[in-house]
Amino acid sequence: MKVSLAWLKEFFEEGALDSYEPNRIADTLTSLGLVCEDIIDSGYTTRGVVVAEIVNVRAHPSADKIRIADVNAGPEVNGGQETIQICCGAPNLSIGDKVPLATVGTVLPDGLEIQPRKMRGEDSSGMLCAAAEIGLADDGVDGLAVLDSSLTVGTPLEEALQLQSDTVFDLDIEGNRPDALCVLGVARDLAAKLELKLIEPEYKTTGAETNPIVTKLDVPDLCSRFGVRVITNLGAGESPSWMKQRLIAAGMRPISAIVDISNYVMLELGQPNHTYDLDKLDGEGFHVRLAVGGEQLVTLDGAERELTEADLVVCDATSNPVGLAGVMGGASTEISDTTSRIVVEAAVWDRMTVAKTVRRLNLRSEASTRFERGVDPAGVERALNRFCQLAAEICGAELSFAAHVTEGSAVEKTAVKVRTSRVNSFLNASLSAQKIKDYLDPIGFSTAIVSDENLVVDIPSWRPDSSIEEDVIEEVGRHYGYENIGKRVPRSPKSGYLTQSQLARRQLMLSARALGHSEAMPMPFLDPSDVELVTPSVKPIALRNPLVSAESVLRTTLLPGLLKAAAYNQSHRQPAVKLFEAGRVFLPAQDELPDEFERIAFIATGFSADGSAARYAAQVLASVFDANKLGDFQIVNDPQAALHPTRSAQVKYRGKAIGEVGEVSPKVLEAFGVSDRVAWLSLDTAPLYAAMAKPAKLKAVSRFPSTDIDLAFSVPKDVASQKVAAAITSAAGKLLAELDLFDAFYGKEDDSARSLAYRLRLQSDSGTLTEEEIARVRQDCIENVNKLTGSTLRS
Amino acid sequence: MSIDSQSILDSAVAEITDATSAEQVAEISRSYLGKKSELVEARKGLGALDPQERAEAGKQLNEVKTQIEAAVASRTAELKDSEFALQLESERMDLTEVIDRPIVGSAHIVTQAWQELEDTFIGMGFTVAEGPEVETDWHNFDALNIPPSHPARDGFDTIYVDHGGDESTTLLRTHTSPVQIRSMLTSEPPIYIVAPGRVFRRDTADATHMPVFHQIEGLVIDKGISMADLAGTIEAFTTSYFGEGFSSRLRPNHFPFTEPSAEFDIQMPDGKWLELGGCGMVHPNVLRAGGIDPEEWSGFAFGFGIDRLALMKFGITDLRELFTNDVRFLKQF
Repeated sequence: MKVSLAWLKEFFEEGALDSYEPNRIADTLTSLGLVCEDIIDSGYTTRGVVVAEIVNVRAHPSADKIRIADVNAGPEVNGGQETIQICCGAPNLSIGDKVPLATVGTVLPDGLEIQPRKMRGEDSSGMLCAAAEIGLADDGVDGLAVLDSSLTVGTPLEEALQLQSDTVFDLDIEGNRPDALCVLGVARDLAAKLELKLIEPEYKTTGAETNPIVTKLDVPDLCSRFGVRVITNLGAGESPSWMKQRLIAAGMRPISAIVDISNYVMLELGQPNHTYDLDKLDGEGFHVRLAVGGEQLVTLDGAERELTEADLVVCDATSNPVGLAGVMGGASTEISDTTSRIVVEAAVWDRMTVAKTVRRLNLRSEASTRFERGVDPAGVERALNRFCQLAAEICGAELSFAAHVTEGSAVEKTAVKVRTSRVNSFLNASLSAQKIKDYLDPIGFSTAIVSDENLVVDIPSWRPDSSIEEDVIEEVGRHYGYENIGKRVPRSPKSGYLTQSQLARRQLMLSARALGHSEAMPMPFLDPSDVELVTPSVKPIALRNPLVSAESVLRTTLLPGLLKAAAYNQSHRQPAVKLFEAGRVFLPAQDELPDEFERIAFIATGFSADGSAARYAAQVLASVFDANKLGDFQIVNDPQAALHPTRSAQVKYRGKAIGEVGEVSPKVLEAFGVSDRVAWLSLDTAPLYAAMAKPAKLKAVSRFPSTDIDLAFSVPKDVASQKVAAAITSAAGKLLAELDLFDAFYGKEDDSARSLAYRLRLQSDSGTLTEEEIARVRQDCIENVNKLTGSTLRS
Repeated sequence: MSIDSQSILDSAVAEITDATSAEQVAEISRSYLGKKSELVEARKGLGALDPQERAEAGKQLNEVKTQIEAAVASRTAELKDSEFALQLESERMDLTEVIDRPIVGSAHIVTQAWQELEDTFIGMGFTVAEGPEVETDWHNFDALNIPPSHPARDGFDTIYVDHGGDESTTLLRTHTSPVQIRSMLTSEPPIYIVAPGRVFRRDTADATHMPVFHQIEGLVIDKGISMADLAGTIEAFTTSYFGEGFSSRLRPNHFPFTEPSAEFDIQMPDGKWLELGGCGMVHPNVLRAGGIDPEEWSGFAFGFGIDRLALMKFGITDLRELFTNDVRFLKQF
């Protein structure tokens, strides 16, 4: 909402605002919640432009596009001569026209300073100006601005056209303050804060004759007010300069006197209004109803609109639509230059109904915005009368008829009980009941003091958002000043902390970084075909209103997001990256909400096809468990969805499947545009966090010497190393302090077995191991491995 | 005295000084101090002297022995030092030549800001609450005093998800505020929580918007909580998170879930104000939805974007940069 200072001043006593700098006014409005986002110098600020008459026009001897004008700019500018010579390229140089002349020394709004100069050898002592060049509203003329012929030459333009400089405050008005979407509302708040008197504009209420317009209101619930007033003997023409300037300052384009008045009243009082050419209105009456589905209406912008049962329409007496209520008028009753009788209408429409129509037709306007936010039902008649006041002043209209307002529903009076103690408790203040009243009365919250503690506050009709004690406290707070509330820090009875899971999450992410993986944050929205590719057995949760179909389902695994990140990096010359993500996946569930599981996933790119990717992934798995002291996990070689079928495994922990490890399927890589081979590890975090919450208990380190023995087995290729390790572990029993697979050797491709070498560190808690004990453990291990896995000791 | 101890000493010292290796010094030491050396022989002859001469000669011999030993020790140390120096010199390396550097990964800057914020509020006595990213419209809207007809509900540009049924009642949370409701429903006041989390809006990505972004929410419910407690908490957070020279202010604003409502601004050391987030006293309807009696308890809530703080901190101007997952970006922070 743009508010001009000149306009604002009309709501104050003469000179009352003069002692306030624009900055101070802006700060005051901001402190009231009417946030001033910008202060704009507006209006006409150029000095040095005068009215000049074109006396003669000649061709330029050496230029085609420039002509020479002899102009009379009054004795002072002419400097003792009859005329002065100006070179000018405008197409509309016409003898006898009065035009603006920027005299030597004038600084134009674009910064250009006018100097005497020669143009292709001819003197030019000034510049004839187009409207835009001197900051006037666009007059639609190609060339110089042509001024009224009655103006006196030599008169400064600001004087001749009554142009004023002005300051405009660009305010951001919150949704709860529809009352502040007009100059009156802003002025009311400002006057209260500055403790100045608010002066309301004049409203022409006279009109002896009874209103002749009959209104039939079918939808009283959706139209609480429908007011009309007839104006006759209207003269056509333009609105005065001051009105145009204020409309321009507010961001609207002046059009004609009546349209400008209509907009002016809306901006001034916040009540949108519409004018109908009474001679074009069938039956000279209105019928307000919901549209019939499929009904057509050509709106003012010339567009033919097909209506639905949800739209409110204003119809003529024969029930033909002549306007889309609260949104846009109809073309058939539009006023024109020849209109002499109009009916001006102001109504209050249901907010949601207008909002729905606006959204369906994507047709937002200054009027609809105000209806959507809520207009003051008590302001309808005032707006009609203000319209008439201005129409009489500007167009010489006759106002024989009084305004008439049809009430759809009564304005509910809301009275709120407010406790002094509660006001003070919320605002950390010690205001008396009288002081609270002093803050509230000037903004229309008329307050009755029942006792020192109890007040009854009548909510003004223009504040539909306000209905409870806390709302009133906010009003008191705004005018008391948020800056006066003070600052103190409340003390929680407990000290702050992270839960075990939250600490575990941080630790897990730290270990991921320590392993060289950087944290990525891919988007959780995916293309359904990508999800189908990586988790074919899961039906993903679909977005009902996705922005694009490529982002229309929620992720079921972290894989696609990290693969996309990998592909992005590869396409930017980063072929080998290590990334991780800790984030949620979403799976369908029968509960109130879908299942959300947090996972941590690791991806590493740039591997060859030799199995190093899968091996790396298994190493990361082991390191993550080791770094976070999670103990033992199991790897079950088993094809995992989207992973390489013979190089992937399920990860089990404490008997439950918690994730997957291995190499990403080359087919999937191809689909995501990732080259080379890719290592992948994904783990559910909840079981890890639960385990990390319980610290390991100390196992005393043995004081006795340890002995290492190495055993290399020929292990069939379909037997997992983990199984061999398990056989060794169970055979060695308590004496096994450490077990390490230190070598894997693959011979020829068609060999049925490979060599796996294990180093066992044996140690007893109770004494030094004897040669016999060591030999026995060795033999037990060899036999058990052979028995359980069919592997034989290599010699 | 039949031997010239001084000349023995002189010749020994001369030989030791000329020696060029520790082994050579050891050899010389043996020849002058060993069992068959002149000195040992001389000592054997001491018994033949009368007591006074014996004492005098013994003392002389001891002195010579001590001095030779000292010369041996000193020359040996000298030679070892220079040998050591030679060895070390032969081991000279170029430490600027680093191959196969172990890499440590980076935390995403959103995570960094997220954890810093958590730590700041933990220091102020808050705990960290979490909630689901897919929410019911009741938790996301109704309970927060935004009923279905409320115009504010449109402004949230909500993304709804298909969780069965025809009705759009399941959605991606548009703010972290539903965590307030869940916390109130599952714990008894006093409540001092912050809830950082991922939130969603139906926005096309541009320099300042992402359909997925991150917020942190704060909620305090206690007896006699006022707007001064809110302003003080914001101020304490501001100075703690941003540092000295930063301050904060509240100014009136509007949110459906708080009344009175405020926007809070941060003043930077250069005097400029920066709009940071929304806050206010928890609306009585919200307290009631959370099962809390607004006559007994009052509270405040605040919320702001995490991503924007991360942008500000590192001088990043385009929000989308945060989510390209380009390692050249990630590694920098």
